[in-house]
Amino acid sequence: MQMTYSLQFIYLLASMLLLIAFAMLSQRRILSLINLFALQGLVLSLSTFVVAFSTNQQHLYYSAGLTLLLKVLVLPWLLHRLIRKLNVRWDVETLINIPTTMLVGIALVIFAFNLAAPISQLSESITRGLIGIALASVLLSLLMMLTRRKAVPQVVGFLAMENGLFFAATSATHGMPLVVELGIALDVLVATFIFGIFFFQIRETFDSLDISNMEKLKDDNT
Amino acid sequence: MENTNQALGLLFQFYQSLLVVLLAPLLTGWVNQCRAWLQNRSGPGLLQPYRTLRKLFHKDAVMAFNASPLFRATPYILFGCMWLAAAIIPIIAVNLPFSPAADVIALVGVFALARVFIALAAMDIGTAFGTLGARREMLVSFLAEPALLMVLFTASLISHSTQLPRIVEALALQQFVLYPSLAFAGLAFVIVLLAENARIPVDNPGTHLELTMIHEAMILEYSARHLALVEWASSLKLFAYISIGIALFVPYGIADVGNWGALPLAIVALLVKLALAGAALALLETLLAKMRIFRAPEFMGTAFLLAVLGLLIHFLLGA
Repeated sequence: MQMTYSLQFIYLLASMLLLIAFAMLSQRRILSLINLFALQGLVLSLSTFVVAFSTNQQHLYYSAGLTLLLKVLVLPWLLHRLIRKLNVRWDVETLINIPTTMLVGIALVIFAFNLAAPISQLSESITRGLIGIALASVLLSLLMMLTRRKAVPQVVGFLAMENGLFFAATSATHGMPLVVELGIALDVLVATFIFGIFFFQIRETFDSLDISNMEKLKDDNT
Repeated sequence: MENTNQALGLLFQFYQSLLVVLLAPLLTGWVNQCRAWLQNRSGPGLLQPYRTLRKLFHKDAVMAFNASPLFRATPYILFGCMWLAAAIIPIIAVNLPFSPAADVIALVGVFALARVFIALAAMDIGTAFGTLGARREMLVSFLAEPALLMVLFTASLISHSTQLPRIVEALALQQFVLYPSLAFAGLAFVIVLLAENARIPVDNPGTHLELTMIHEAMILEYSARHLALVEWASSLKLFAYISIGIALFVPYGIADVGNWGALPLAIVALLVKLALAGAALALLETLLAKMRIFRAPEFMGTAFLLAVLGLLIHFLLGA
């Protein structure tokens, strides 16, 4: 079976998406974490564009453009502004050390690939093999949210998870209807704004963005 | 017909082996020269490794009192292993008569054999530095080896063979296909190459500072012709590793055995690829900083992770 070049290119981009998910997992600095998030958005937008081109679906062009605008430009800019205002450039603190996280990540990838194998049989899209990769990047982002102690990396993990879901949607079903996509895009944007406000609130209350402070919300006097 | 084919094959094998031994110091000289240029130094010139070798061969060898025969024999074993490895890898032509002698797994074994002997020889004299270097070498290499094997397995899965000539044929002589799994394997291979050849983020080849050196610490007790052979062997090792990289990831332009017409093109292609790879290596070494020795396991772990990801992606996508 000879694959077309566009399909090979999508496969390559999908692999890059997975690689970036791992790079984010291993990242120790917040600034490069946000840059990696922007890069992931760029790869996602490019792959959506190639899928749109090879399957001739008009609305996928729009969603590629929307991804580019929102996830490569607006959200990273917002996050950069947030960390500048909060003055949080410190190294990311992890709950378990990074090599262990990477090993757990490998296990998650194997799990995701196995889980996706029967699902991808149901789809008749040309890019159905990619569901496994999309699922793996969702799980890796989830792992990042779980293992990070500070609020900002957790939010980046949440946004990266949305990237993975978006990729699953484009690869499995050639994208959702435009209305749904617009809605999700708006949700993500609003969520980021709200997270920003939360950051300030958390810091004002605890003098730190460490989430573990929120585990003891009980009144100490009782 | 059979006889002439065999004779031709042996002739090609002879040419390749000769070419490798003679070119290997030049490659080292080229990497050093590029590094010097990138660091705004004028550099010692391309032929410096040859001059060093000649100088060392003319000196009288000094041995420690308590040196065992193992210490004496190790430079020859080292040189022999690296030469054998370079003879197995398809560098100018595929289907050389030597190449069925060992597949990629045995090739990794040949490198491991050389490593065991150099580590034993380093501990043989009983100096602190030798032992330290040998331990560090083992720490780095026991993590680099599985990563290298995984890289080679990824290529083997694509071409359905662990024989290097089959892999090269499958990749070079068929229609061009973009393999995402090979891209991962390539990244992992670069990390392994840096670690195994005592290059900058893991080891610094140009220093004798005791806190940082790995390879240099092991060969500190060698002098004269023994040192020359050890140095030559490390040039050959670098050459062999870059050749494996070329064979796995950019094998285009390689000749078939007995095809004289393709030979000039193959040699030119080889030289161009080696020059580019050497320059890229120098650039990489200039951009990176030497990392702490205890960060090296993490670095090697990244290589292993990338190689395993390549394998997994191969299974998922079949590409």
